[in-house]
Amino acid sequence: MAEKENNEQNVEPFDQEKGNRTAFERVQLARHPERPYTLDLVERLFEDFQEVHGDRRFAEDPAIVCGFARFHGLPVAIVGHQKGRDTKQRKIRNFGMPKPEGYRKALRVMKLAEKFGRPVFSFIDTPGAYPGIDAEERGQAEAIAFNLREMVKLRVPVIVTVIGEGGSGGALAIGVGDQVLMLENAIYSVISPEGCAAILWKDAQQADRAADSLRLTAEDLLRLNLIDATVEEPDGGAHKGHDETAQLLDVVLSQRLAEAVSQTAGFRMRRRYERLREYGRWGVAPSSARDE
Amino acid sequence: MPWFRKKRPQFENVPAEERRVKTEGIFVKCLECDAALFKPDLEESLQVCQNCGYHFRLDAHTRLSFLYDDGAYEELDEEVISVDPLEFVDSKPYPDRLKQAQDVSGLPEAVVNARGRVGGHLVYAAAMDMLFIGGSMGSAVGEKVTRLIERAINDRAAVIIFAASGGARMQEGALSLMQMAKISAALAQLDEARLPFISVLTDPTTGGVTASFAMLGDVIIAEPKALIGFAGPRVIEQTIRQKLPKDFQRSEFLLEHGMIDAIVDRREMRDYIIKLLNFMMNPDLNRAPETEMSMKASK
Repeated sequence: MAEKENNEQNVEPFDQEKGNRTAFERVQLARHPERPYTLDLVERLFEDFQEVHGDRRFAEDPAIVCGFARFHGLPVAIVGHQKGRDTKQRKIRNFGMPKPEGYRKALRVMKLAEKFGRPVFSFIDTPGAYPGIDAEERGQAEAIAFNLREMVKLRVPVIVTVIGEGGSGGALAIGVGDQVLMLENAIYSVISPEGCAAILWKDAQQADRAADSLRLTAEDLLRLNLIDATVEEPDGGAHKGHDETAQLLDVVLSQRLAEAVSQTAGFRMRRRYERLREYGRWGVAPSSARDE
Repeated sequence: MPWFRKKRPQFENVPAEERRVKTEGIFVKCLECDAALFKPDLEESLQVCQNCGYHFRLDAHTRLSFLYDDGAYEELDEEVISVDPLEFVDSKPYPDRLKQAQDVSGLPEAVVNARGRVGGHLVYAAAMDMLFIGGSMGSAVGEKVTRLIERAINDRAAVIIFAASGGARMQEGALSLMQMAKISAALAQLDEARLPFISVLTDPTTGGVTASFAMLGDVIIAEPKALIGFAGPRVIEQTIRQKLPKDFQRSEFLLEHGMIDAIVDRREMRDYIIKLLNFMMNPDLNRAPETEMSMKASK
């Protein structure tokens, strides 16, 4: 029992090489303005996408897109962060930073998927949940927390892919699933490298140092056993070819979905819980081998 | 020697700089109204200013002693501690930071797990401590809180968590972030088992702690004037480039916006929680649904 509990022992050393890119280069690739965003991939991966809007509570949030589509003929639901490519679109999409209504809309659509027995695909690409007065007033924290708990309970397969920036709680709020995948140059972090550097060294310019420290690359997350697989990108990064990125992703998504669909709901949910239950690395204090 | 001859009293000349009444450690200044508070009185009032009602921050053990019947509880899971999984590079190595936090707080980790009785009900409670790296949530905190919830499910008991935290612990990167999902998953199971989770928000509760378990209480209670939010005030000010109003993200603001159930004075907290538990802990729940409700009065 003690051995199993002390899961610290499973840690493999970090590979300092990280391919031939530094962590901060990955951050820059993940934020590349020409990188495929959720809708770029949706149009290439799915047929008959029908977008649906609104949380039925307060507003429509364009920073998250939701809808129904077909994946190789199978009806599925889609949720994902959406960034804008030009100034006007960036403003409309709020730079991909959702407000509570965005998260509530996503959960509404995921519950519809559950009701009709359809799998859910989630695509993550956000700097973070929007930190503003209105978001706080309407319960940003509650919206995120509620999604975390409710996504655990979804009886249908949920396949999550981090396609760009996985910005903290704002990313995780649509990121609990049976399979969590990351594109090769995507990042997933508890805080932005700039934010981390500003706190630790009082200097946002040290972001490259912070990016290294935070272990936020896809390989890092895989090594830490927080994701299930990484997905290859075209040479030079996903921005070099949206079609090719979608093709590479399609292969992995098809395979992971086939696996999830073949399992019973009970099995999937048990496994989902067990995966989450394993998250983390902690130690057992030697002095207090206490009798219980 | 004549009996009436008094020995001359020996007065010593006290140097000028020492000629003052030593009140240090006897009085505490209220951080809100500046009133000088007599320490034993302050302890009597559970660290609440008798003048203005300001709630001083509490350490985890004091917090738990105020909750449990006769202040008695058993500490659990103390052996779960943080390691340095990322070999985090910081101005100070993470292991040194942990060691320092342990010295300053006297605790092995930023949360203390406990088991005991509250109004006679079996309660698993956890209290976070700001003195341990700002009450931040890393893997060990996540594991401890998860174990606490799992124990409650096993024993059909209630969970109470006193949040006090700056959020997820940066030094453990995405591992810290994922604790939000891990704890929420355990709470989903507690919820399905129809067992209570009472979340108590104290000053301050922000970031990943707010955006996970703190906001998932069946009932969410806050102490007066606690700072509660997702993004910290400084981050919001930088985003919108305006000064924030003073009452923004305080308990009263959250109550007004429908985000919490009640604001409860610390001196009333234990009684308030006992009444909630009397409502929530229903022994008939284990029976068939038709007979769940009885008219039997409970204490």
